Amino acid sequence: MDLLATLQNILSIGVPFSVALLIAGLGEMFNQRAGVFNLGCEGIMAMGAFLAFLPPFFLKAGPWAAYGNLLGLAAAMGAGALLGLLFALVTVSFKAPQGIAGIGLQMLGWGAAGTLFRHFVGGVTGIEGIPTLPIPGLSKLPFLGPVLFNHSVIAYLAFLLVPASWWLLFKTPWGLKVRAVGTYPRAADTLGIDVRRIRYQALALGGAMAGLAGAYLSLCQAKMFADDMIAGRGFIAVALVYFGRWHPAGILFGALLFSLAQAFQLAVQVLGIKFPYEFAVMLPYVLVIVVLSLARKSRMLGPSALGKPFDREMRI
Amino acid sequence: MGGEGARITSLGLEGITKRFPGVLACDGVSLDVGEGEVLALVGENGAGKTTLMNILMGLYRPDEGRILLNGVEQRFRSPSDAFAAGIGMVHQHFMLVPNLTVTENVALGMRSAHRGLRLDMKAVRRRIAEVSERHGLPVQAEAYVWQLSVGEQQRVELVKTLCLGARFLILDEPTSALTPQETDELIALLKHMTRELSVIFISHKLHEVKALSDTVTILRQGRVVFRGRTADHSPADLAALMTGHEVVLPCNACADECGKPLLVARDLKVRGDRGHLALDGLELELRSGEILGLAGVSGNGQRELAEAINGLRRIESGSIELAGEAIANLGPEEVIAKGMGYIPEDRNTEGIVPSFSIKENLVLKDFGTPAFSRASFLRLGAIDGNAEALKERFDIRCPSTKTAAGSLSGGNIQKVILARELARGPKALVAVYPTRGLDMGAEEYIHNQLLARRCEGVGILLISEELEEIMNLSDRIAVIYKGRVLAVIPGKDATKARLGMLMAGVVDE
Repeated sequence: MDLLATLQNILSIGVPFSVALLIAGLGEMFNQRAGVFNLGCEGIMAMGAFLAFLPPFFLKAGPWAAYGNLLGLAAAMGAGALLGLLFALVTVSFKAPQGIAGIGLQMLGWGAAGTLFRHFVGGVTGIEGIPTLPIPGLSKLPFLGPVLFNHSVIAYLAFLLVPASWWLLFKTPWGLKVRAVGTYPRAADTLGIDVRRIRYQALALGGAMAGLAGAYLSLCQAKMFADDMIAGRGFIAVALVYFGRWHPAGILFGALLFSLAQAFQLAVQVLGIKFPYEFAVMLPYVLVIVVLSLARKSRMLGPSALGKPFDREMRI
Repeated sequence: MGGEGARITSLGLEGITKRFPGVLACDGVSLDVGEGEVLALVGENGAGKTTLMNILMGLYRPDEGRILLNGVEQRFRSPSDAFAAGIGMVHQHFMLVPNLTVTENVALGMRSAHRGLRLDMKAVRRRIAEVSERHGLPVQAEAYVWQLSVGEQQRVELVKTLCLGARFLILDEPTSALTPQETDELIALLKHMTRELSVIFISHKLHEVKALSDTVTILRQGRVVFRGRTADHSPADLAALMTGHEVVLPCNACADECGKPLLVARDLKVRGDRGHLALDGLELELRSGEILGLAGVSGNGQRELAEAINGLRRIESGSIELAGEAIANLGPEEVIAKGMGYIPEDRNTEGIVPSFSIKENLVLKDFGTPAFSRASFLRLGAIDGNAEALKERFDIRCPSTKTAAGSLSGGNIQKVILARELARGPKALVAVYPTRGLDMGAEEYIHNQLLARRCEGVGILLISEELEEIMNLSDRIAVIYKGRVLAVIPGKDATKARLGMLMAGVVDE
């Protein structure tokens, strides 16, 4: 077996795997930078995947078929933003513990998506989904072409989201406020910044991105919906934010690392290497745990108010 | 700053009342400050000073009363409204985001630099340079706040407030975290600044009030109890007005009896939370029957030393002995059993379990002993009896000993801790900032208790930043700087100036 071909194979499978993690992780980064960690990411992704699947499924043969995918993306992101705002209502306004509320949101999204799916659709049905868009010229490059330039349009968008998120977080007034609100909300408050409003906005943005990540899974990756299709990616995304030290480049690195490990374990199975495949399947998850436990403990540059509700009149 | 914005010729508060659940924080308070005037707002902790200023800044909404600026009523909904009117506040706890740079911290509040999605950092830098030049406040604009010393952070706070256009400055206990030198510098600086600014200066350090202010207003339990010209009153008068009674802080006047070495640390090296050597070859010797004051700016290894002695932090090398027995790297339980008492720095999280009742907190170290348990069942009667006795003896003011300890005032929480530690009859006691944030009445009580134990032969290591406290109580004073003891001097030879130099790391030969 040609080593280079195997490597190309792993990379060109791994890169698209990373897209959903990357989008959801970047969204979660905005949540956490603003001081709220949203464990419900998984549930929002499930709703996103389901709602993105619905329009192309129903409009399959009708005159509106051409708009099915776009409608699906809009529905997924809109519902994601709404679920993010719901989470904000519960954790920011009502000050519920974020961990518990997040688990609640995860179960809500997951359960609602599965139930609605069985009610309106029933069995497993494929859709056409969003086709891959090979970039003319570049996709024909040897090795790099299939690895980098032969994916769906959402995948390209996801990689553009990395510098865009960096710019939004570090170079704009809104990003500055998000970072302040997640680290020392009281200081932001004394400067006249509305802590709750910024947290609501960050959660809406994070939710919309989680919805988009879910839509990618159903429209681009699987081209179908099944209620367990998120398979823990939402939780991995939350872990990746810690792993990436709340920085877009770190999250990109983490998403790629995890996805390449995933692609590698598939290759191990396909190549028929004599190794219990159950262990191979575990590999990416074990990798995340190992890396997280080895990660630097210092939070010097991270959001130190993460997880703490803010109450102006709480006396210190 | 230039001439933007109108002048503030007078600022008045009229009949401000603010209630928190169960507390009347401000009760019909009125104030008046004229142009170029410095008003000192004086009062004990919990007198309502900070609440009042937070109302002025638009952070809290008053239940009753009015704010008048140049005679016109104002309604501040948020600090942005107060900034717009030219009022700025430097808070007691610095309001700087540690993981942002100095420039970013200023940019956060500078609305004129927020242009949609563009952040005009150039304008912010220009502004900082302008302000720091005009007022003689040098700052490192590109440094992260967490990299700065407390004194530098104080300057950044001032620069930030001035950059946001403040022509009327509120300073909430601005010297509480500074060394004596930094305090003197700040006061000189503020005197200079008052030529073009009006200031409300909050403090309970009366010599600073005397040095800086024109008029003084004293608050007690949310009410104005005194208003007058600073020059007409002595610090002792003001102290009596502030507390409502004569306050005489006790001094260490016991005879000089040199005890045997009790607690000895040799070449002690301990790492801090960030992995650096917080204690770097520290040498310390505490004798029985003495109070050894450890003076220093906080963050120079005091916390790590207290934790290492009490078995809460591992040491890298060196030794700690209590009455001849090695206690380094033993667990806290063993250290306690050897006769160590500990008044920790953070009384709410380390000193007590806030949700436990007072009587439970009073036996936290002893509930396993035969006095309070039998066959692994608690002897509730004995625990109640112990609590009642200690409540009487230490004058703990509480509705009942079943009350949650966390609901008490700071002074009473400290009395609970003191009662628990002292009633056990320790050989040595480590007291870390024992009166920090307490009012003068509670301070007086705690000082008397510490002196009484000293005369009974207990060795007390008193860690504090308050030079007056250290000088009043200590037989000897050690100065800690960057994890080492720079010098040990007899208490009666110590002067503020000398300690201040040592605390800043200057050793004059």
